[in-house]
Amino acid sequence: MAKGRPRKGKAEGKAKPRKEPERSPPGFETRAVHAGEEPEDQYRAVIPPIYTTSTYRLEEVGKSHGYDYSRTGNPTRTMLEKKLASLECAKYGLAFASGMAAVNAVLALLDSGDHVLCEENVYGGTHRLLSNIYPKFKIGLTWVDATDLENVKKGFKENTKLLWIETPTNPLLKILDIEALAKLAHERHALLVVDNTFASPFLQRPVEKGCDIVVHSTTKYIGGHSDFIGGAVVTNKDQVYLDLAYYQNAAGAVPSPNDCFLASRSLKTLALRMRQHCFNAKRIAEFLDGDRRIRKVYYPGLPTHPGYELAKRQMNDFGGIISFELDGDIEATKAIVSSLHYFALASSLGAVESLVAHPVTMTHTSLSLAERERIGIKDNLVRISVGVEDVADLIEDLDRALTKVLGPSRSRR
Amino acid sequence: MKERRPLRYLTKIVHAGEKPCPATGAIVTPIYQTATYVMDGVGKDKGYDYSRHNHPTRRALELKMAALEGGVDATCFSSGMAAIDALMHTLEKGDHVLACDDLYGGTKRLFSQIYSKVGIVSELVDMTDPSVIKKKLRKNTKMIFIETPSNPMLKIIDIKAAAKAAKDAGIHCVVDNTFMTPYFQRPLELGADIVVHSLTKYLSGHNDLIGGAVVTSDKAFAEKINWIAKSVGNGLGPQDSYLTIRGIKTLGLRMRQHNDNAVKIARFLEGHKKVSKVIYPGLESHPQHALAKKQATGFGGMISFELKGGLKAGVRCMESVKVWLLAESLGGVESMVTHPYTMTHKDVPEEQKRKLGITEGLVRLSVGIEDADDLIEDLDRAIS
Repeated sequence: MAKGRPRKGKAEGKAKPRKEPERSPPGFETRAVHAGEEPEDQYRAVIPPIYTTSTYRLEEVGKSHGYDYSRTGNPTRTMLEKKLASLECAKYGLAFASGMAAVNAVLALLDSGDHVLCEENVYGGTHRLLSNIYPKFKIGLTWVDATDLENVKKGFKENTKLLWIETPTNPLLKILDIEALAKLAHERHALLVVDNTFASPFLQRPVEKGCDIVVHSTTKYIGGHSDFIGGAVVTNKDQVYLDLAYYQNAAGAVPSPNDCFLASRSLKTLALRMRQHCFNAKRIAEFLDGDRRIRKVYYPGLPTHPGYELAKRQMNDFGGIISFELDGDIEATKAIVSSLHYFALASSLGAVESLVAHPVTMTHTSLSLAERERIGIKDNLVRISVGVEDVADLIEDLDRALTKVLGPSRSRR
Repeated sequence: MKERRPLRYLTKIVHAGEKPCPATGAIVTPIYQTATYVMDGVGKDKGYDYSRHNHPTRRALELKMAALEGGVDATCFSSGMAAIDALMHTLEKGDHVLACDDLYGGTKRLFSQIYSKVGIVSELVDMTDPSVIKKKLRKNTKMIFIETPSNPMLKIIDIKAAAKAAKDAGIHCVVDNTFMTPYFQRPLELGADIVVHSLTKYLSGHNDLIGGAVVTSDKAFAEKINWIAKSVGNGLGPQDSYLTIRGIKTLGLRMRQHNDNAVKIARFLEGHKKVSKVIYPGLESHPQHALAKKQATGFGGMISFELKGGLKAGVRCMESVKVWLLAESLGGVESMVTHPYTMTHKDVPEEQKRKLGITEGLVRLSVGIEDADDLIEDLDRAIS
């Protein structure tokens, strides 16, 4: 699919005021490398310093250089926040200590008595926060299958303030229509929140489709190297930004300067990594789809996926996550995920290393059996996060583990 | 575990040298920020005793480097120059080094200003015709040292031929593989004995650390280098070792993008009416294009060119770019433009510069991984 050339957001560094012919806004890869990062002034270091400082000396009472305390603001964090905003084509970015801290900050915008309408197939951690933590503040909650817009319409209440979705969803990779859902939310004076973790801004930029708030676990594709925990919120809305920034400082779930540096470093190769993730995932999905040891493959890049056409419209490519159901029981499933070599059995996703998870026992344990059954997360469901290794090694690895437990390949073709 | 087929290259890049931490399962190699290690008893350690000697983070990087270059072992240093300095420590007074004439200025400085003092003579010759090497060898020549492509004139030297000349003479052939990286070129597979790297460049790839490496296919030599690193104390620290490992994870993806962008930019420059000369091994017009194609699987991200307006035009171009950064160094995700005459090769005597073609008007580009259209637009505006 053709890669879009998103235009730059306002949050990007100011252009130098000098008379010159007009420049077209920089492309995604260029912004990934440069946005938010101006060589610093003192020594002109190409890479701005990592400001591991808790506080800042004031010039005089009430007069700072823009920073007074690192919970409130830190130049290394600002650099990351600007880069995130630029890549999402949004005005504002805010970085948090984890994806859950970012989700929590958005939920903290609500008051007692407010209601959240939420896609039922979201990450287990988001599910836990909404169903176990926020009810005590009397925040109402309705789960909905947001692939059906009629369902969503019916789910709104007078006090619904947020419509919350993930697309692709975790772990069933449903594709939800951001543009249509934004419209529905706005008709009911609610805000649409999209968790864009699975797609990353390289594949999908929800604010361009009318979404109000984007949340991220930056631990995943944005960080991309399995080496820190982080989160982010991106928005175009001035008041939402001010409220979130206020909460970020008040509650203090901020990422360290070192982690902000690592996240900025990672974003520089986001496009390159995502291309390889997508390239590899497509081939693996096709391999799994053609193998009788697999009952069902969930990957939006397969034309048989119900969200295929929509994914083609709202994403630049289909991403690096695949889920599939094995032709076997829970024991066989556990045996297979434990026999893989390159796919490390580990929670998390979106890294250069391939990872495998068993949602029932790992990422979605906070859901009851009944909830899992309703949503369709079965015992034999496996989720893989395809890394940037050579895809032939990954397919061989999957084939070997499947053969060990279920016997040799029986091609469907 | 059953024997596995050798890893394919992109897989090796991610996994070689590393395994999940046996104590915690941590998937990423830990940063061992420790100076020393507790012993189980006198003389009983777990492989590490003091971090100047080595530490587990550096070791993981060394194993990765050895795997990627196809060597038996590697040692990682606090800079590329420290790596070459360690090589020079294997020589003695009276030894002779035969090197190619177009070398990085820092290497030249080390050879001519530092090691000449202790009686190690180095001689720089044009090795584009490899038959020259044999003629220039002396009885006391201990090392043939080449860079290919060379810096900044991007001359290509036939690694196989240079390695054979060294083998016939019973000496070592060293290749500085910084410009190509093992993703595109593996000198040890072509017969060279030793590869040196500035890890600062493409390997770490993000312009955020200084480091070097020596990789070798000779076990005894590897031990010697390790011993020198430990004695001289110029090994790479844990934080930078980790960042280098992290950088290498995307080496293949970055090198492809550097290469694809550079091919486009070289073609653009070649067709530009204000450009008088473009040097890029990927252009058919490069005198050793065929050799470059034969011994490497890509042409890399470095381009040198001259403008018709000479020095004045060159300086104006370098000072008016916006996306490109005017800075020393190369191989990072950020595109950089360098003026070899006053920057990287400042310490090279005028006469040598002239002979090599390092004119005042020469501009060197390190093409980053940005959108190629942005880079071309920016250059076009700066040149015009």
